[in-house]
Amino acid sequence: MLRNYLKVAVKVLLRRKFFTFISLVGIALTLLVLMVATAVADHALAPMRPELRSDRMLFISRMVMRGPNSTWSSAAGYAFLDKYIRTLPDVEGVALATEPGTAVGFVDGVKITSMMRRTDGAFWQLMDFEFVEGGPFTADDDREARRVAVINETTRQRYFGRGQALGRELEVENQAFRVVGVVRDVPFSRPVSFSDVWVPIGTARSDGYKREILGNFYGIILAHKRADLRGIQAEVQRRIKEVPIPDPKEYEDLYGGADTPFEWVARNLLSSRDDDSHASWLWGILLVAMLLFMLLPTLNLVNLNLSRILERASEVGVRKAFGASSRTLIGQFIVENVVLTFVGGAVGLILSALVLAALNRSGIIPYSQFDLNLRIFAYAVLLALFFGVLSGVYPAWRMSRLHPAEAIRGGRR
Amino acid sequence: MMTGQMAVERSAVGVQAGGPVMQSRGCGVALRGVNKVYRTQRMETLALDAIHLEIPAGEFVSIMGPSGCGKSTLLNLIGLLDAPSSGQIVLDGEPITSYRDAAVARLRNRNIGFIFQSFHLVPDLTVVDNVEIPLLYRRLTNRERRKRALAALERVALSSRVHHFPSQLSGGQQQRVAIARAIVGGPRLLLADEPTGNLDSHMGDEVMGILESLNEAEGTTVVMVTHDPKLAERTARTIRLFDGRQVQ
Repeated sequence: MLRNYLKVAVKVLLRRKFFTFISLVGIALTLLVLMVATAVADHALAPMRPELRSDRMLFISRMVMRGPNSTWSSAAGYAFLDKYIRTLPDVEGVALATEPGTAVGFVDGVKITSMMRRTDGAFWQLMDFEFVEGGPFTADDDREARRVAVINETTRQRYFGRGQALGRELEVENQAFRVVGVVRDVPFSRPVSFSDVWVPIGTARSDGYKREILGNFYGIILAHKRADLRGIQAEVQRRIKEVPIPDPKEYEDLYGGADTPFEWVARNLLSSRDDDSHASWLWGILLVAMLLFMLLPTLNLVNLNLSRILERASEVGVRKAFGASSRTLIGQFIVENVVLTFVGGAVGLILSALVLAALNRSGIIPYSQFDLNLRIFAYAVLLALFFGVLSGVYPAWRMSRLHPAEAIRGGRR
Repeated sequence: MMTGQMAVERSAVGVQAGGPVMQSRGCGVALRGVNKVYRTQRMETLALDAIHLEIPAGEFVSIMGPSGCGKSTLLNLIGLLDAPSSGQIVLDGEPITSYRDAAVARLRNRNIGFIFQSFHLVPDLTVVDNVEIPLLYRRLTNRERRKRALAALERVALSSRVHHFPSQLSGGQQQRVAIARAIVGGPRLLLADEPTGNLDSHMGDEVMGILESLNEAEGTTVVMVTHDPKLAERTARTIRLFDGRQVQ
């Protein structure tokens, strides 16, 4: 039966080549945009180096202190993370790292601007960086405030040309660091691990950060297993409520939470001002945006399909006369439409590969390495299927509603 | 030649190919006080008025009457393509009580074959794929479906054209494909709506011959709408309609 459907589907598509071409372009472009967006989201959220275990990770980033007259939101402070998060029981590890900041250095009088973040030793245990030279610095290095640094390949190239960097000195922000490791570039779309230069927290010029509840630190928690995540989130919530507010006259409450990667994006994108990351809001917004984006090509396809149905009234009548139920015909038409969208999807997939390669080359997102992996291919198949069903259901329903006797008469004209 | 399974079905009811029909495997049809009214917002049209009709299993009847007298409507009602406004249709002694889509679709698929004046072949499918259509709605393997379709095409002497498209065939050949499609499922009732209307007399004669042999050899009940009195004479009985009423 499916073979017969597919044959008809292909023939019908070839019958009106121009309309088929227009439909395919519409579908391919729609799916192209959605696939590129999916690839970018996948690149930012899916577990991959160095956040290889991000499916077991929670991140504490944006926190908010609120009072009757003032609201202060920023990243978490070291004091809060050190006292309340590092002491979490039953977790595999907790690491601290600052937000990446601009760091300037000079090589032969030429200014080099890099991104630098300060981390503790645990950071290197939780993240799976790929070292091309040396290794990470340790908790000891951090405690002793040793001037050591890990740099990425691009920074090595900028400071040292083609030569090795291990053991050589790097001057950044008027501080000299000895390079102990070189890692592969981490894409900008990985904001928890991305940087050009990583140095120990202890090397900071002042220790004022040690007293901050809000500051410029991220907390990274690695759970033993995914099932533990909800429990850890609840414990973090409980601990946040225990924190004494440093300026009770101005502020009354502290809000925040430990987030999965998606919740992390939601909290930062939607500027959450309470404990909830509003991840469900973000899901809703993304879903509505996707549906709206698909609406126009869907309507176009629905319209085209409806006119095709009138052409095929006779066929519908004959199939009904010979025993096809309305449900069977709906199935047939949806299969035909899904075939069309899959062809469009395949074109869209090829176009996405080209666009992603161009994005990688353009450097718009530093160190990005977007590609179409199996997971994105699966998303693409799902998207095409969704699109095919969405644009096929109404015309199929109309088709199945044709009265067999009238359909045959209509076909005779 | 019939396929194995169809041959078994027929021998089970005692039909002898080519010989006199001792015990018909055809489907008897009865219409009891059937009315069909077409309603629009402005008016009502009585297409069929109190039709009482008995067509025993295995009979070959023709329906005649001027254009617009309700012949095709009658055929559509017998073929369960349409529901009567009132009255009852009985197939093989079983009154049709529900016109639910899936239920009548199944009844049509199992029991009824249709032949139309303008063939209504699907232009995008080859001859054999067209003939397979009724079998798509049964649980059969592709192989079995293909085997039965080829056998049906052999019966209408079109084995050499199985991979042609309808547009590559003459009118007579197209109607023979349509007949193969109508009989491929082994229907017990064949409904033909002016099957020779678009054919010249020679081809019309050929098509009529096939219908006659199906009726005689298989005992299939045949109901044929025609304008041609010569063809009507060749059937066992002629039902005449005028303005939606049965006049004879």
